[in-house]
Amino acid sequence: MALTAEESGRLVGLLAAHAERVVQRWADIVAASLHGRLSQAELRLQVQELHRSMIDAGAEGLTDIQSEGAGELRAALAELSRGWARQGFSATETAVGLYALKDVLVELAEAGEVELRDVVAFGGLIDRMGLFTFETYVHTREGLIADQAEQLLELSTPVVKIWDGVVAVPLVGTLDSARAQVVMERLLQTLVDTGSPHAIIDITGVPAVDTQVAQHILKTVVAARLMGADCIISGIRPQIAQTIVALGIEFGDIATKASLADALRHVLRLTGVEAARRQPRREA
Amino acid sequence: MTAGVDLSPKAQAIGSDEDVVRVRQLVRTVAVAVKLSLVDQTKLVTAASELARNTLIYGGGGSAEVTVVDDGRRRGVRIVFADSGPGIPDLDLALTDGYTTGGGLGLGLSGARRLVDEFDVETAAGNGTRVTVTKWSR
Repeated sequence: MALTAEESGRLVGLLAAHAERVVQRWADIVAASLHGRLSQAELRLQVQELHRSMIDAGAEGLTDIQSEGAGELRAALAELSRGWARQGFSATETAVGLYALKDVLVELAEAGEVELRDVVAFGGLIDRMGLFTFETYVHTREGLIADQAEQLLELSTPVVKIWDGVVAVPLVGTLDSARAQVVMERLLQTLVDTGSPHAIIDITGVPAVDTQVAQHILKTVVAARLMGADCIISGIRPQIAQTIVALGIEFGDIATKASLADALRHVLRLTGVEAARRQPRREA
Repeated sequence: MTAGVDLSPKAQAIGSDEDVVRVRQLVRTVAVAVKLSLVDQTKLVTAASELARNTLIYGGGGSAEVTVVDDGRRRGVRIVFADSGPGIPDLDLALTDGYTTGGGLGLGLSGARRLVDEFDVETAAGNGTRVTVTKWSR
């Protein structure tokens, strides 16, 4: 599948001989597919860079994209697709950015500057360059997704102080082992930092409590107790209560409440703070 | 039947923790579509979560297939969890509350049985396990 040395030489010769025309047409075709999301000048620079790396690689014998001499070309391709992936271009747009060069070659063939047989051979190389771009693109996107998942994990587990000596953990979404671990660490650290004797774990936002979720919550409560803090579980909705009973999960002597407000009232009463409703003062 | 709701059988491979979440979401979607009550939805989703995790942890992965069933009077959701793992050597013991070989609470299989209307386990040592559960609308 790789190009022969002669073919490679002819390709580089062609690219060098028609440098201005190739870069111009290449940039034009890519620009049309991007609908102006990248400035002409920027695009031209990137295309020029690729064109130059192809010619440089050709000097060492550009027979295949994986070959020794194509290292710099691979770096340039990777750089381009990484940049495009970050700017939110689709995989197709990134690949088309390279495949546009095939259109340019066909145009050159129509003008009689290159033989059709060579266009087919060069096309194979460009296809492999496109696939390489595609792989880098996917790799970059996967990296972005992993980063975001991590950020989400950080975001989704806040521990908030809601009263003197009372911290609350509002849990939202699925409580898997990774999140349960983060929640436990955060809660225990906050208990130490704030010296709070009371913690409320609110599960209003947890759609389903199965044995694994229950086990994670129980472990967190036990750990908090070991540190001398009292834990209350709040936000147990009717359907969750019935499911927990049917599953046979025992919360033992852990206080549970239907709402966060009930839990806070319970803690305040324990600590001797009375919450009383004041009579609204009448306007004179 | 509600227009726009797809009630054809749906399958979901179970090979990772994320797949357990996907099974849960799939089951919830179907349970809502056949108009199970909120309590029954939650019960079925929880049972599916337990069984999907069993399929993953003890069965070494497998699949879940969710179908809408109709007995002429009412509709329900049937889920089949299948794996080709080692099977369950002693089913009665496995269905005992608090019995676990994996460090959990030991309530997954027995609890799931209490959460659904019909519960059936086919298993043979070395031949995998197939758990079928059904929840009917009221």
